[in-house]
Amino acid sequence: VSRYLYYPGCSMDGSGRAYGESLTAVCEHLGLTLAEIDDWNCCGATEYVGVSLSPAYALIARNLAIASKSQTEREPLVAACSACYLNLAKADSYMKERPLLNERVNVALDAGGLHYDPGSVEIRHLLEVIMNDVGLDKVRASVVKPLAGLRVAPYLGCMLPRPDPDHRWKNHERPDDLDRLLEALGADVVDFPLKTECCGGHMTQIAPKVGLELIKRLVDEAEHHLADMMVTVCPMCQINIDAYQGEMNALFHTKHKMPIVFFTQLMGVAFGLDPKKMGIGRELTNARPALKKIGQVPVAAAAEVTPAHRPRPDKRALPMPRMAASDEVPAGVAPAGVAPAGVAPAGVAPAGVARQ
Amino acid sequence: MSGNGRQPAAGGPSVGVPAEGEIRIGVYVCHCGSNIAGVVDVVEVARWAGETLKDQGVVISRDYRFMCSSPGQELITDDIRDHGLNRIVVAACSPHLHENTFRTATARAGLNPYLCELVSIREQDSWVHTDKAAATAKAKAILAGGVERVRRNTPLDPLIVDINSATLVVGGGIAGIQAALEIADAGFPVYLVEKDPSIGGHMAQFDKTFPTLDCAACILTPRMVSAGTHPNITLLTWSEVTHVDGFVGNFTVTVKKKARYVDEDLCTGCGICQEKCPKNVIDEVYEAGLGYRKAIYTPFAQAVPRTPVIDRENCTYFIKGTCKACEKFCEKDAIRFEQQDQELTLEVGNIILATGYDIFDARKIAQYGYGRLPNVFTSLEFERLTNSAGPTNGRITLRDGVTEPKTVGIIHCVGSRDRNFNNYCSAICCMQSLKFAHLVKEHTGATVYDFYIDMRTAAKGYDEFYQRVMEEGTLFVRGKPAEVTEAGRLPGEEGKLIVQVEDTLAGRQRRIPVDMVVLSVGLEPRADAKELAQRFGISCSFDGWAIEKHPKLDPVATMTEGVFIAGCISGPKDIPNTVSQGAAAAARVLGMIQQKHMKLEPIKATVHAEQCSGCRICNTMCPYNAISFDDAKGVSGINAAMCQGCGTCVAACPAGAIAGTGFSDEQVLAQIEGLLSVGADGTPLKRSAYPLAHHQGDGNRPTPTDVRSSSIEETVRA
Repeated sequence: VSRYLYYPGCSMDGSGRAYGESLTAVCEHLGLTLAEIDDWNCCGATEYVGVSLSPAYALIARNLAIASKSQTEREPLVAACSACYLNLAKADSYMKERPLLNERVNVALDAGGLHYDPGSVEIRHLLEVIMNDVGLDKVRASVVKPLAGLRVAPYLGCMLPRPDPDHRWKNHERPDDLDRLLEALGADVVDFPLKTECCGGHMTQIAPKVGLELIKRLVDEAEHHLADMMVTVCPMCQINIDAYQGEMNALFHTKHKMPIVFFTQLMGVAFGLDPKKMGIGRELTNARPALKKIGQVPVAAAAEVTPAHRPRPDKRALPMPRMAASDEVPAGVAPAGVAPAGVAPAGVAPAGVARQ
Repeated sequence: MSGNGRQPAAGGPSVGVPAEGEIRIGVYVCHCGSNIAGVVDVVEVARWAGETLKDQGVVISRDYRFMCSSPGQELITDDIRDHGLNRIVVAACSPHLHENTFRTATARAGLNPYLCELVSIREQDSWVHTDKAAATAKAKAILAGGVERVRRNTPLDPLIVDINSATLVVGGGIAGIQAALEIADAGFPVYLVEKDPSIGGHMAQFDKTFPTLDCAACILTPRMVSAGTHPNITLLTWSEVTHVDGFVGNFTVTVKKKARYVDEDLCTGCGICQEKCPKNVIDEVYEAGLGYRKAIYTPFAQAVPRTPVIDRENCTYFIKGTCKACEKFCEKDAIRFEQQDQELTLEVGNIILATGYDIFDARKIAQYGYGRLPNVFTSLEFERLTNSAGPTNGRITLRDGVTEPKTVGIIHCVGSRDRNFNNYCSAICCMQSLKFAHLVKEHTGATVYDFYIDMRTAAKGYDEFYQRVMEEGTLFVRGKPAEVTEAGRLPGEEGKLIVQVEDTLAGRQRRIPVDMVVLSVGLEPRADAKELAQRFGISCSFDGWAIEKHPKLDPVATMTEGVFIAGCISGPKDIPNTVSQGAAAAARVLGMIQQKHMKLEPIKATVHAEQCSGCRICNTMCPYNAISFDDAKGVSGINAAMCQGCGTCVAACPAGAIAGTGFSDEQVLAQIEGLLSVGADGTPLKRSAYPLAHHQGDGNRPTPTDVRSSSIEETVRA
């Protein structure tokens, strides 16, 4: 498939403009056609599902119904925002599982002359489409300006890989998809332990101290690993870490200046596209000084992080366990005896199938 | 086989003096206490059969509380005598359980046992339905099917085969060693085949054994020596079974004896070659990747046999063509670089499979960091760490080989009781973890946190051990850790591994900093379990564990006659259970050997040569490798002794050239007709797989009443 339906979500024209601009350019570059669905509405983000379920899912399912109507040959619906992706996927999966919810949602949709059969639209995240449909080989072949010298901390946030009803992610407890993509771009990738931790979400509005503390954990850890910048897939994560870093510094008396950009922005840079058109410069914590390191001798890597607590191995040291090559690593989740729900999407083998 | 279904009455006393060719059927409906009678109106079923099936030849129809009891069986034998019955149908439990009982009773009365049919109205009816009227109607249908079938049954005679007194034991762990010794001590020859260079198995890797804490080597090595020196045991280490032919009593087994590159007769096991070999290799097997061995090696000091093997892939001579240090120093000139793999053919009567288990690959649970975080260890690595013959000489250290941990976290159920990986409980991990907690305390005095979900210490002396470890001061946290991370952020977390866990007793999240994490990994079937099962013609579950003939009453036998199982091949077990199974399997084999001959079921398939086109489709489909192709005649033929009467080939033959003795098309179709003759509501009835239905019933799972089963051969055809 190279044609996809596209659900941008509200951020792409607002706080996540850099994401929207760069992903459009990158997809075009990779030959992916994203056809934006008509008259879409907000996915409800993280708030509405906490208020009332049926209207929240009706709101989400309206987009699915529109997507289903605009399909010509069962094209998947792609979202790039983690909250949008998760909401669409959850609505579809819950409607499948819960007949009553399905009925209520469709009663609501009916008022607008719409209908949605759960399972009729395959919902995918852009990162996963690039990993599985485009493939790293094609990504590597498109790189003209490898990101060598740039030390990046891949940060997925909490909403992308789980829950994972259709077993799309190879390992949703500790996904390495973004790591592998950034490696393919030539970047020096940090093994970032907090890659699926929460960015605080809307806590920055409701309880700023809590939100800022969560942001601090992430930035501290990226700093500890000597990362030049963080790279994310989520507009919420990006805006929190980018825009609230000043307040965080003020509250904790720190002096962090950790830029955070979207993975599509770095893809564009590596593909040789104009950084400005990739939205570089729109971020509040300036990423340009970090990007200047591309092509330079990697200072951070040379002074490889050797935390003081790890004593230097001597002759008596025991060997580390042998790790399988990354594509051999057994699928993180291979549910024995649990058939993956729904139809296995073409080209994406759900992890569960391998064992049968 | 008759073509018209009219059979002469089988021999036997005929008091009722049936007319020539007259069919006289007795029907017996069992209450099974309330197991059947609670749902099915058995009295009505018996009455109905007596009246409605008269034209089918039913002359007598009874119900009885327990047909399998002696008085129940006597009803059958008396009726055969008094009423001249020549066919019997019992409607009771599954044929897996009591077919033999009722056929034996039939034979006691002088009637050929294969003129008796058992149809199941329990597993396939009363246990899976709640609607009494529908279940009763279904029981009638099942019974009608049995009656239609039995009318067309013919007398059959069992095959008699000799039993070779030699036994093959596959796997030289403690289960295989125990089985081999028992049989050898009884005076019969045993071939003990082991794929590694030494026998001993996983137990040889352990330090202490729970709950008594005796040293594993101290109790295992005497057995290994006995097995190695026993005059009746032929030890074939560094060998694998590649092919199995034949059938119970008469198996022909091909064994590949891998080249050791050392002359076993000349080698004295002095060890100079290992000392002089310049090549260090990480030992992934015996040392669990934690220690080194040489390119020529015996896995451990007490290995049996003591003859080393050369690891061809890592040997400098085999890689570069020079070195030969071992050859230079060997005083006996026992090194043989030119040695080749050998193929041996063994003739044995019985086989015991004791191939053991693999451990769960902890890398699959990435959030625990095994392979990424140096100080996360698996339980098997920890065994080597505490073993005084291990890589640290028994010192418990971090991965640097020097630093002693001050805090250790032990995580239970890694890969077990986890629907993402294995649903089952691995049975040994709780006790193993408690043993580790004790050993850490004993060796280092470190603080130990033990993260468990449920503590399972159900065997002799186990719970006492748990109490002892509690008293020693191990800190137990009930909860499954979410992750092990190096990302500390609170005071006291720097440089530690942090175990993030929900303490479900305290009802709160905790972050517990430790120096070392031990993952108590679960047990899994061997990676090649399914191929092994296929090679030996046994079945294994979806997980890969071998399936017992009966999980409770026949745990060391398989559905394949003459092939037995012992130890962890059928599921996780501790050492006492494993040893018991080894001995039990040996006892079963000795019982077979003592019989000298045995009778085989005559339910077999046969090929009509004149109809066979020689397409060979059946050759590959036979799960028991019983069909071979006769090149001279250009047709396939079935070895009657190997055929288990499953019916696969009968169904597969495009020419209809294969017929089943005891399950002819006629019998099968008649039974199906009978089954479908009584619909609860007249709708068409679906067919289902009989074994599935049996398990469905065994587990008392509800099933729609219009699912009707007949036995295996027919469903294979459907």
